[in-house]
Amino acid sequence: MRHIVSILIENEAGALSRVVGLFSARGYNIETLTVAPTEDKSLSRMTIVTSGSDEVIEQITKQLNRLIDVVKVVDLTESPYNERELMLIKFRATGKEREEMKRMTDIFRGRIIDVSEKTYTIELTGDGGKLDAFIDALDRASILETVRTGSSGIARGERVLKV
Amino acid sequence: MELTGAEIVVRCLQEEGVEHLFGYPGGAVLYIYDAIYSQDKVEHILVRHEQAAVHAADAYSRSTEKVGVCLVTSGPGVTNAVTGIATAYMDSIPMVILSGQVPTHAIGEDAFQECDTVGITRPCVKHNFLVKDVKDLAATIKKAFHIAASGRPGPVLVDIPKDVSRNKCRFDYPKSVSMRSYNPVTRGHQGQLKKAVSLLLGAERPMIYTGGGVILANAAPELNRMVDLLGFPVTNTLMGLGGYRASDPKFVGMPGMHGTYEANMAMQHCDVLIAVGARFDDRVIGNPKHFAQNPRKIVHIDIDPSSISKRVKVDVPIVGDVRETLIELTTMLEDGLAAGQKQNTLGLEAWWKQIAEWRRKDCLKYKGSDEVIKPQFVVEKLWEVTGGDAFVTSDVGQHQMFAAQFYRFDKPRRWINSGGLGTMGVGLPYAMGVLKAHPEAQVACVTGEGSIQMCIQELSTCKQYGLPVKIVNLNNRYLGMVRQWQEIEYGSRYSQSYMDALPDFVALAEAYGHVGIRVEKPADVEPALRDAFGKYKDRLVFLDFITDQTENVWPMVQGGKGLTEMLLGAEDL
Repeated sequence: MRHIVSILIENEAGALSRVVGLFSARGYNIETLTVAPTEDKSLSRMTIVTSGSDEVIEQITKQLNRLIDVVKVVDLTESPYNERELMLIKFRATGKEREEMKRMTDIFRGRIIDVSEKTYTIELTGDGGKLDAFIDALDRASILETVRTGSSGIARGERVLKV
Repeated sequence: MELTGAEIVVRCLQEEGVEHLFGYPGGAVLYIYDAIYSQDKVEHILVRHEQAAVHAADAYSRSTEKVGVCLVTSGPGVTNAVTGIATAYMDSIPMVILSGQVPTHAIGEDAFQECDTVGITRPCVKHNFLVKDVKDLAATIKKAFHIAASGRPGPVLVDIPKDVSRNKCRFDYPKSVSMRSYNPVTRGHQGQLKKAVSLLLGAERPMIYTGGGVILANAAPELNRMVDLLGFPVTNTLMGLGGYRASDPKFVGMPGMHGTYEANMAMQHCDVLIAVGARFDDRVIGNPKHFAQNPRKIVHIDIDPSSISKRVKVDVPIVGDVRETLIELTTMLEDGLAAGQKQNTLGLEAWWKQIAEWRRKDCLKYKGSDEVIKPQFVVEKLWEVTGGDAFVTSDVGQHQMFAAQFYRFDKPRRWINSGGLGTMGVGLPYAMGVLKAHPEAQVACVTGEGSIQMCIQELSTCKQYGLPVKIVNLNNRYLGMVRQWQEIEYGSRYSQSYMDALPDFVALAEAYGHVGIRVEKPADVEPALRDAFGKYKDRLVFLDFITDQTENVWPMVQGGKGLTEMLLGAEDL
């Protein structure tokens, strides 16, 4: 099953490699990983999308908590949450395709952030499924480049992950 | 007054009460060695290979309750130390490893003797630090000692670039450490403890299974008290030997791959199992699916939440310091009994009868001989000659299992071996570490002709520091455990397990300035041991016992098999 694990970690050199090293050493899977400092510069917030049985996820959270730099760990998928991912995608768009692509971007509520004579670059946010759907709606051959950030997540309501 | 980083390192060690430092110098740590030179509070022990420095510091810690400390240089100094660090990590031994690093401006430039120390050691330390500014040095070392010794202990490495050890700043050693990201739980959950009490008092076929956590938490007296109160059978894992006194009839021996028949049968057939500071390791419970076939309630006390329900699903998890938790649990049990709660005495009687029946198999019996020395016989004699009160270090292999089975440990921290990583070569440096901590003690290193050669150079260190280790070499001219597996599982194809071209160990010991004795007849075993611990008490004695080449360790649970699928001897093959 897919899980989103949120981590607050000391913003120290090498902290990221401790987390990544743990996942590879113990054979856990990482689908996506995002990390950046929080409003408190001494802390980083990390979101890892992973999958595994309940036992495996329990071990993942326990093992993460063992890391000295890790302050808090939460499995977001245990209760309601919001999840977003950002994608930048550049594709070939010429002639009458340009109008068509503009319309499709609107349907997906994306934004065109750069144009050239032959290309569009689109910014699109949503959960992973929405981004996949957009890619599927394009002609594969026209895609020049895709950049995805991986998921970031946050709990719904008043639950917060804070020191 | 300002001190150099090197002086700060030494002052920190003094503040931590460190008396012995095992190490080996090199370019990146020369300032630190210079600071060591001009003081006499911390004694430095110069080993012959960095691996031995780590092992010795590790055993120093295992045999006391102090944090072991060692010092190595950058690059190859660190890579040589890695085996030692990984060994300590697997057995949760509190240690601080100080390593030199190339100067900060040279890091990343492939400088001479540079390696990514923090990267290389990351997976085998509890935590590590690279100190980039001398101002952070004292606080970092304080943290290192705190992290190493608290919670589930483990090795912590502090990497110190050469310029950091040269630069100066004011020395201020912090009195305490507070870390928002690291606060181990020490007190068990009350509700869970209550559940444990009612399970234990109601148990019909109880079993107490304890591991290295009892030793590390100094909880042997508390464990003895609880076992004696309840009158339950108890087993100690390889890492937990000495946790409960082996001479008491309630001790049913070690469990696991080479555990006793009665311990394994009781582990499998009990209805309430309490695991204390143990982790249901593959060498202890064998195949977890097979283990789970028998229904039983499991209580698990451990300081590390990740050890709980890792391989075996547990009913009552109790996260806490083993010693504090055992004190609390025993008090609650006493209160319960005083308030009129009853143990299931009828059930317990029947259970002990069953255990007595299993015991009658006499699973550790072996065929004695007047012609050829049996390895088990040597360990039995060692136990007799030392009054069962020696510190015994071992290497890894058959001799390790024979020592664990036949030297009956009544006290904790007497049995020093590499349980988790299974590192050959630890025995001799382990004995050095023990002797630095207990200079008057009897210390035997039970080893084999394969293992001893992996750190044999330390005979020189022993000479320099006058360490009277008694090396009990069970020399069967085979990598015995490899040979045993090849006999049982690989059609007796003894691929690369015969030890050819062995040195003359007696001459070798003498060349290093020690006493060497070769023993080839069973009748000479005891006199040789008596000489080693008597006449040559103050000398290192290398006892080269020429033993039965084909003796195997029984019982045996083969890899992937269940605990009750034991082979009791060659006749079961």
